[in-house]
Amino acid sequence: MSHDHSLNPETMPEDPAKATLEGKNKFFGLWFFLGGETVLFASLFGTFLALRNSTAGGPSGEDIFGLELVFLMTMLLLTSSLTSVYAMYHMKNNDFKKMQLWLGITAFLGIGFLGCEIYEFYHYITDFGFTFRSSAFGSAFYTLVGFHGGHVVFGISWLIALMVRNAKRGLNLYNAPKFNTFSLYWHFIDVVWVFIFTVVYLMGKVG
Amino acid sequence: MSIAAAQKRGFGAFLWDYLTTVDHKKIAHLYLVGGGFFFILGGLEALFIRIQLIAPENDFISAGLYNEMFTMHGTTMIFLAAMPLLLGLMNAVMPLQIGARDVAFPFLNSLGFWLFMFGGILLNCSWFLGGAPDAGWTAYTPLSAVSPTHGVDFYVLGLQISGAGTLMGGINFLATIVTMRAPGMTYMRMPLFTWTTFVTSTLILFAFPALTVGLFLLMFDRMFGSAFFDVALGGNSIIWQHLFWIFAHPEVYILILPVFGVFSEVIPTFSKKRLFGYTSMVFATMLIAFLGFMVWAHHMFTVGLGPVANAIFAIATMAIAVPTGIKIFNWLATMWGGSITINSAMLWSLGFIPSFTIGGMTGIMLASAVADYQYHDSYFVVAHFHYVIVGGVVFGLFAGLHYWWPKMFGRILNEKLGKIGFWLFFIGFHLTFFIQHFLGLMGMPRRYWVFLEDQGLDTGNLVSTIGTFLMAISATIFLINIIYTSVKGEKASADPFDGRSLEWAISSPPPYYNFKQLPLVRGLDPLWVEKMDGKDNLAPAEPLGDIHMPNSSILPFIISFGFFIAGFGFIYQTDHQAWNFAIFIGMGIALGSMLMRSLKDDHGYHISKAELEREAD
Repeated sequence: MSHDHSLNPETMPEDPAKATLEGKNKFFGLWFFLGGETVLFASLFGTFLALRNSTAGGPSGEDIFGLELVFLMTMLLLTSSLTSVYAMYHMKNNDFKKMQLWLGITAFLGIGFLGCEIYEFYHYITDFGFTFRSSAFGSAFYTLVGFHGGHVVFGISWLIALMVRNAKRGLNLYNAPKFNTFSLYWHFIDVVWVFIFTVVYLMGKVG
Repeated sequence: MSIAAAQKRGFGAFLWDYLTTVDHKKIAHLYLVGGGFFFILGGLEALFIRIQLIAPENDFISAGLYNEMFTMHGTTMIFLAAMPLLLGLMNAVMPLQIGARDVAFPFLNSLGFWLFMFGGILLNCSWFLGGAPDAGWTAYTPLSAVSPTHGVDFYVLGLQISGAGTLMGGINFLATIVTMRAPGMTYMRMPLFTWTTFVTSTLILFAFPALTVGLFLLMFDRMFGSAFFDVALGGNSIIWQHLFWIFAHPEVYILILPVFGVFSEVIPTFSKKRLFGYTSMVFATMLIAFLGFMVWAHHMFTVGLGPVANAIFAIATMAIAVPTGIKIFNWLATMWGGSITINSAMLWSLGFIPSFTIGGMTGIMLASAVADYQYHDSYFVVAHFHYVIVGGVVFGLFAGLHYWWPKMFGRILNEKLGKIGFWLFFIGFHLTFFIQHFLGLMGMPRRYWVFLEDQGLDTGNLVSTIGTFLMAISATIFLINIIYTSVKGEKASADPFDGRSLEWAISSPPPYYNFKQLPLVRGLDPLWVEKMDGKDNLAPAEPLGDIHMPNSSILPFIISFGFFIAGFGFIYQTDHQAWNFAIFIGMGIALGSMLMRSLKDDHGYHISKAELEREAD
């Protein structure tokens, strides 16, 4: 059994993220976790769908949503998912510098998304008086979109912690699974947003 | 770290060892102690309920306190007693059964336990801080959303914290079974208890997030002024019922499936026969789990979902009787023609079959949506779910504890006390709950503080209360048995019951690394396969080498403590803003510890080959 976790191009396994038992466990563990997260968001979506017309005389989705901003947010998050794929590609080639670069871009795009979301909420509250407390629709909207936003915040913090912690020591069999699980999580957050875009915004504007 | 560290140590070292342990066998002890404590607490609450109902118009406890009692009895028994005790058995046995040295995430295993424990303590702090939750264990809105004391706040935060712990346990077991089975241990060679652990963990994974969301919505409504359940602002209180039962119906299968696994281990061992219909047992387990997600609305027949919805859910519910029936017949067929030993573990298993079948029968009656309008919220329902939960889960827990006690603690529980305990409990159980079917059919509603004289309910309630005391005496005898066994009990050999699965292939209790060399599994009932070949143990699948072990850590305890503090902050910030500091401090402790865990590398340590060779065989 090897105790040496460092990597170099000669001893590089095909998939450093799943080369150790710990790595494999993290991979399966995160997939199972995402299974649970699916139910979490499904429950939030169900609640939102039940309450999306319960505006109690306040503003409805059709009144307030602006598809331009939401489209921009969608593009930012989808692109960030793509850049995290590039990062994982470079991880498998053991090119740490390029991996860090693409992860940096991922974090940047994620922060851009968050900035738009914060502006969006601010806009609804100040310009329309549409808050968490104004109607059941308001509660459901802010809870669903906010839970997703919270996941983005957590993901970005996770990513930055990983990047800073490993900046000086490069890739090894101990931290490769950590980057890989982050990437899986990030894709999931992206998929959830696609559903939010459809169910909340498109159906809110058109449906 | 040395193997020879088993010298006498002080109490402080002992305590520190358990606070920081990541060993699945010690975490199992913690779960059994924690779950056992809450089981006693929940049992005392049951006694208070039954004493109040011993006579018509009794005033043993006040109406408000009665509401708190039945709410906390249900909540405690389900979340803090039954489930942790089962997780304890799973932790103790499952890794051994698949030939693993530990679970996939030992740190997470410890965190799961401490979250459960602090969640349970938080919930029970409510007794001393202005009143326990009083809206029933189902906490239906709008009642729970407007209940004036902080009780329901404690319910929300306590269950949120302990639920997160359970979810971690589920993910952990799933990953363990997928990646860490010993060489040759294919899925269809796994013992049934491992299978039910696997399927139960899937249920935990997919059911708990619905509760998480439900609790969040209730928390937001109660603490932050949202309007999910506030009809005046367009809210809808039925959403809670859906979310709660989408969780809580699978929850009853989370409780019963593991004990199905226990019986599927105990019955073959003491019948000296291979489990009848192994494959059908595995698929019946999966089918029950699958259907378990399709039937939540049978708790809501009287809500008014309409005849189509009621019919679909009624039929889906009745369908569950088929896989369950398959299991009952398989157990009976396993015993058929076997060489049967009747001991305590077997008595609990034999008692289970008719008791649980009665519970299943009344389940079919309740599944009939039309008839359910009569049974709904009556003592008939109370009788039904106690027949399946006590007659199933509690019987199974006792069977499992008697069966695996030697493996967990190295001593065999006293048989005489075990048998007396069983008969007292068995008689007490049927005395308490059988008559409740008829009380329900005669119209006695559940959750009522008093009943009137001369309505035909007096004798039934008296009999029911007498039965409760027999169960309480039996539980006390079990505690005496534990103490007696730990002092004077017979030392157990590695394989005291002539077992069939891998846990009996190593010493009792097992060494902390479990298997010195991972075993090579050659079939179903791997140890039995070797015994039939005239060997006394399994061939190793690997040469003797270094063993990688995880490091102990206090961080799980600190993280959970952080959430505990933050829980108080959330509950009391509605009274005074200063409590927001508790939220910040608590979340700071928890998230800071998590960050520390992430930043600090933890490679574990190795037990060297030389050290393993030195250790006397």
